[in-house]
Amino acid sequence: MAQVTIIDPAGTSHEINVENGTSLMQAALDNGIDGIVAECGGACSCATCHCYIDAAWVGKVNEPSSIEKDMLECVIDPQDNSRLSCQVFVSDELDGLVVTLPQAQY
Amino acid sequence: MQQDHCVIIGGSHAAAQLVSSLRLNKWEGKITIVSADAFLPYHRPPLSKSYLSGEKILDEIMIRPPTFYERSDIEVILGTRVTAVDRANKKVHLDNQTDIPYTKLVFTTGAKVRKITIPGHNLPGVFYLRDLNDVDHIREYLGHAKKAVIIGGGYIGLETAAALRSLDMDVTVLEALPRVLQRVTAPEVSAFYSRVHSEEGVKILTNAAVESIDGKYKVESVTTADGQVIPADLVVVGIGVIPDVELAEQAGLKVDNGLVVDEFARTNDHDILGAGDCTNHYNPIYDIQLRLESVQNATDQSRVAANTICGKLEPYRALPWFWSDQYDLKLQIAGLSQGFDQVVVRGSTETGRSFAAFYYKEGRLIAVDAINRPKEFMACKRALAEQKTANPEMVADESVDIQEAFQL
Repeated sequence: MAQVTIIDPAGTSHEINVENGTSLMQAALDNGIDGIVAECGGACSCATCHCYIDAAWVGKVNEPSSIEKDMLECVIDPQDNSRLSCQVFVSDELDGLVVTLPQAQY
Repeated sequence: MQQDHCVIIGGSHAAAQLVSSLRLNKWEGKITIVSADAFLPYHRPPLSKSYLSGEKILDEIMIRPPTFYERSDIEVILGTRVTAVDRANKKVHLDNQTDIPYTKLVFTTGAKVRKITIPGHNLPGVFYLRDLNDVDHIREYLGHAKKAVIIGGGYIGLETAAALRSLDMDVTVLEALPRVLQRVTAPEVSAFYSRVHSEEGVKILTNAAVESIDGKYKVESVTTADGQVIPADLVVVGIGVIPDVELAEQAGLKVDNGLVVDEFARTNDHDILGAGDCTNHYNPIYDIQLRLESVQNATDQSRVAANTICGKLEPYRALPWFWSDQYDLKLQIAGLSQGFDQVVVRGSTETGRSFAAFYYKEGRLIAVDAINRPKEFMACKRALAEQKTANPEMVADESVDIQEAFQL
């Protein structure tokens, strides 16, 4: 279990408790947070769950696959700390993680 | 004054998105989903893939957890059908003999499988694949089965073939047309899928119309029109779906290959809306009237419907896109390729497992099938949504960066 802060496109912070093994995408959807579209439901197929990992946490989350990296190159406004939230899984070590959602998913 | 009450008929992708969007839009009325399914909305794409192969369980494919519906104050009535819509009195009648009044009604009834009627179609061991229940029945039957015949070489058929092959079954796919995926892809892409399936040990027979399914007490074989007899103890039929619109039709709503809705997802009765596989709607990017069978359409159109219900009229103009996972192939499709007159391939369809096929019509880019090419898919999807095109020679040239080719 980890407490994660998700900042939605309007700038509102949502502090949520997330079970280990749950993706950030699912956690955002489960809590009714706006800004994640997640059309493919977590299959790493659509890149509509783009998020930015707070700089302090970038090295602590699991590494992106080559497919995810390729897709991230083409999202709107990609940054070095861009991730697809369906591919980032929560663990105890991520307690305190801060994630910001982009203005647009497509 | 009567309280606002949005009643949603059908409980799949479109319904799940609609209720989320209504609450995100701060809609304060009552919300009720009436679903014939026994389960809360679940992701359908994994049914023919990871759920069939046993890699995933129900909890892992729920669109939202049960707590979401409780917290969002959404009533979900499962295992129940709406039997009639009384538009004059604005209420729906359920098969448990109760009535529910509505102020807004949304059809998210989806589609149902096209059934075969050949001899033997009712034999034990013959299955369709649409609902979770269907797959549970197939999975229960798998213990007895070694040889599977799949009727239909479309996406569902091929995905099912791949999933059953991963369980070490003998799999044969029968396609009535000259090639698999004939209605949806170019010949090069069909040939690619045939090659990969045969490399994986699946037999594909094309021009193979099915004459009968045979067996004494249960399925034992399938016979084709040209007399081939293929031993089988499991048959899965995947020959397409038809929109589930009988109820809408009985209610006097306009139906024409789906429930006809306008760009705001409204039917001819503006208090009744529709979203997802069951609707026939206009797509401004392609300037055609169409019905789509896709998660993308279910979710995007539901957002439009939710906006409309909340008084925000924003027209639906999304680019259709699809995906299909088979073996190690990640196919991502953006746009609609129907009517193409030119195909340009980036990479090779004849060797390896990674390429992108770009479809053109009258010199304009209209779609892409990207296999293990997420960058090409993403770039093309954006280009199509922005109604951009790209020079076919540049697109085919691997030395040109794909984003550059599209001037993104």
